[in-house]
Amino acid sequence: MKIKYCDALVIGGGLAGLRAAVAAAQKGLSTTVLSLVPVKRSHSAAAQGGMQASLGNAKMSEGDNEDVHFTDTVKGSDWGCDQEVARMFVTTAPKAIRELASWGVPWTRIKRGNHEAVINTKRTTIFEDNDKHGLINSRDFGGTKKWRTCYTSDATGHTMLFAVANESLRLNVNIEDRKEAIALIHHENRCYGAIVRDLITGEIAAYVSKGTLIATGGYGRIYEITTNAVICEGIGTAIALETGIAKLGNMEAVQFHPTPLFPSGILLTEGCRGDGGVLRDKDGHRFMPDYEPEKKDLASRDVVSRRMMEHMRKGKGVESPYGTHLWLDISILGREHIEKNLRDVQEICEYFAGIDPADEGRKGWAPVHPMQHYSMGGIRTKPTGESPTLKGLFSAGEAACWDMHGFNRLGGNSVSETVVAGMIVGNYFADFCIENQIDIKTEIIEKFVFEKEAYMKELVSKDTGEDVFRIKNRMKRIMQEYVGIFRDGEGLEKAVSELEQLYVKSKNVAVKNKQLSANPELEEAYRVPMMLKVALCVAKGALDRTESRGAHTREDYPKRDDANWLKRTLTSWKEGDLMPTVEYEPLDIMKMEIPPGFRGYGAKGNLIENPQSAIRQQEVDEIREKMESEGKDRYEIQEALMPFELQSEYKRVNIRLGDK
Amino acid sequence: MARELTIKVLRYDPQQKSNGSVKAYFQEYKIKEADSMTIYLALTQIRETLDAGLSFDFVCRAGICGSCAMMINGRPKLACRTLTKDLPNEIILLPLPTFNLIKDLSVNTGVWMDAMSKRVESWIHSSKEIDIANIEEPVEPEVADAVFELDRCIECGCCVAGCGTKLIKEDFVGAVGLNRVARFECDPHDERTIDDYYELVGDDNGIFGCMTLLGCEDTCPKHLPLQNKIAYMRRKLATVKGS
Ligand SMILES: Cc1cc2nc3c(=O)[nH]c(=O)nc-3n(C[C@H](O)[C@H](O)[C@H](O)COP(=O)(O)OP(=O)(O)OC[C@H]3O[C@@H](n4cnc5c(N)ncnc54)[C@H](O)[C@@H]3O)c2cc1C
Ligand code: SF4
Ligand code: SF4
Ligand code: FES
Repeated sequence: MKIKYCDALVIGGGLAGLRAAVAAAQKGLSTTVLSLVPVKRSHSAAAQGGMQASLGNAKMSEGDNEDVHFTDTVKGSDWGCDQEVARMFVTTAPKAIRELASWGVPWTRIKRGNHEAVINTKRTTIFEDNDKHGLINSRDFGGTKKWRTCYTSDATGHTMLFAVANESLRLNVNIEDRKEAIALIHHENRCYGAIVRDLITGEIAAYVSKGTLIATGGYGRIYEITTNAVICEGIGTAIALETGIAKLGNMEAVQFHPTPLFPSGILLTEGCRGDGGVLRDKDGHRFMPDYEPEKKDLASRDVVSRRMMEHMRKGKGVESPYGTHLWLDISILGREHIEKNLRDVQEICEYFAGIDPADEGRKGWAPVHPMQHYSMGGIRTKPTGESPTLKGLFSAGEAACWDMHGFNRLGGNSVSETVVAGMIVGNYFADFCIENQIDIKTEIIEKFVFEKEAYMKELVSKDTGEDVFRIKNRMKRIMQEYVGIFRDGEGLEKAVSELEQLYVKSKNVAVKNKQLSANPELEEAYRVPMMLKVALCVAKGALDRTESRGAHTREDYPKRDDANWLKRTLTSWKEGDLMPTVEYEPLDIMKMEIPPGFRGYGAKGNLIENPQSAIRQQEVDEIREKMESEGKDRYEIQEALMPFELQSEYKRVNIRLGDK
Repeated sequence: MARELTIKVLRYDPQQKSNGSVKAYFQEYKIKEADSMTIYLALTQIRETLDAGLSFDFVCRAGICGSCAMMINGRPKLACRTLTKDLPNEIILLPLPTFNLIKDLSVNTGVWMDAMSKRVESWIHSSKEIDIANIEEPVEPEVADAVFELDRCIECGCCVAGCGTKLIKEDFVGAVGLNRVARFECDPHDERTIDDYYELVGDDNGIFGCMTLLGCEDTCPKHLPLQNKIAYMRRKLATVKGS
């Protein structure tokens, strides 16, 4: 039996995992990163549009700062987020991007003088002052007050990931790819690493560590149509769930992106609309202003996705052999702009839809349809990134729910979160690994290994049983149909009961290929039951939450219900159960810096208010007024309203152009 | 009318070497072509309906991550964005040469690329202490664009697979590595000098091994200007050391 020891074990080599590994390696810890694929191929590579950070450099970002970013993020979350975490995030994001710049990310820079932009379909000239020349530029994204999304053309995730991966190589982080964590080693509510399967040789080994951090990304592949990479199956989330001790937060909060290419599901970045592209219907009509006169095509993602579905239901969609879709028109931005700033988008359209989006008029329009895109839910953690119930287990990035996105994430806030969490949580994690020892008996580790070895053998030994691909595809279909953009009680009931039956079936799969090494079918056989557990957490959470908040839209409960539902869903899984255990964790209005209010979309009355909101609002207003009259600055006022903890190096004031 | 495609895949499982009898062979699969079918879609269909044991690698399936390079009718290409309609009825798929074979179409590019990154020290070398709370160093927009242009490499391995030199010289760093050197050479954050780069790639396994046959640039799916950049680095390295 193979046991490998290290100080810090990071499961997942995307942006979050690698940045956390850098934090551990910087503190001199022996650090191992596991990944299903070479780390530079992680899903983070696919992020196109950009990373939010309130640098306030460009003309259109002037006046931006942490407070504005914070307000956008809280509103974007539909008040579902943890405001202290959102504060930690917005304070660190400018530092994260500046660190990345020094690691070589070739951020697109500001050029002095006049340049053209398309705003609200009109060509506009923007003038950039001399002193901004060469600083990091930013573009517009949905749901933000300022142009805050920094970018490298439309390959932002790629350039970020390569920089962080190279930094990990520089620090001699031990990166092992094609290694899959299939269970966590834990004993008496403390985590000691993971059981890992080598995807080439099939060997099962124990990776034992002082601390363990899960950064395995989202679980989009439980849906039929998704923008996510094929490896985003939620296995990291599932192994935390399977401990029976760690809990998942807000799993029903699933984001749908408005503009993946139809039908392939390959994403066309929000930067398309951020840069001035618009949505059109079958008549070529730009319909978003009819629904959202203020934000138009740049309303929050959940809002645009719903409006698109609504518009198609009215018969305004374009019929095609694959179903109904709408158009995304970026041709109005001009060929030059597209060939420089939206080059991958252009290539994707050419390869996957056979069109050149720079062609003027209908010829260049791309067929789009909202699809699953992002998992707001994940492994529930404290603001330090540690599980409140399983000591020594940390999580960061899309896999985690430390909860800065609440029920809807803003575009550009995710890759930003991955590096920011990698810094903050990475540090807390490293400290844990310094302060704690491995005090688990070898017998206990062995038990975990033997169990998994036996399980693999059992899987390949069965000659008759279910076909794993059929179960998997059925699960995806159910999620697509009943747990999608619009949800209702009846559909969700169906989903939950059918997923439960599938879960039972999935335990009786027959694998045709009998090899224990490099065997894709065997991988499916042990992953699908785990995916079904994750899917059940999503569906059950959605069924029980009888309100609409952010991306979670119940047609039978269309109002956001702050009186009853201002709380986070927690799901856990007891061994042997067929259904997750659902509990709730209340959000404390009286501690919020921004008490719940109107988000700025749709009808104002679409909200069941919590009486505490008004009380807290009054309190906030009074403190603010008093302190302003005393001449206190915005940092002091913020501290009085909602103190938050953050490592001192990250809490420092961010300097911007024009500051004294 | 939908075509019937014959997809021939080279099957070999080095993991099974120990039982001696296992040989490489071609396996044929017949499937109906669907509209806008890619090799990714075709192989996924084969695995789900015809042969669950077939190994291949896809991650993003959008031409972004570089996982899926393979030989498609003799040329190294990204399989996820290769449309079957652009190919004849018979499609022959082989794993990328020169990399370690994992099984069937799956090769171990990651290990090779990590070693390459370490070899050319593919990270910023700087002696400056950066204060991340302070305003970032300005960079000329054109320079940032130029760095980005070379930073776009996705480590797919097509250029390595298409390189004659690499086939002869196992330790050749490949166009991907030379491009990396060029990328850092033009990045103002990096303080390395031409002498430093000479130490890294100033030999026959580096810049002077390249025969400028252009196999790399022809196959690079990201259309990186490999030819120009290799020539540029060669000139620079040759003049500085005068070797
Ligand atoms: C197409 C697309 C475009 C996007 N564009 C943007 C954008 O412009 N801006 C933005 O802010 N966000 C964007 N996002 C979202 C953002 O890219 C992701 O949320 C983010 O990159 C997730 O990073 P991560 O580090 O958490 O996980 P990932 O990058 O998904 O990495 C997960 C890692 O975990 C590993 N792994 C998984 N399971 C296991 C296991 N069991 N054992 C071992 N390793 C495992 C994987 O190999 C991988 O290395 C986009 C998302 C998509 C789908
Ligand atoms: S020019 Fe030819 S020899 Fe040189 S790296 Fe490219 S393919 Fe190889
Ligand atoms: S240079 Fe081009 S072909 Fe070579 S690895 Fe990079 S992207 Fe692939
Ligand atoms: S699967 Fe990512 S490039 Fe083909």
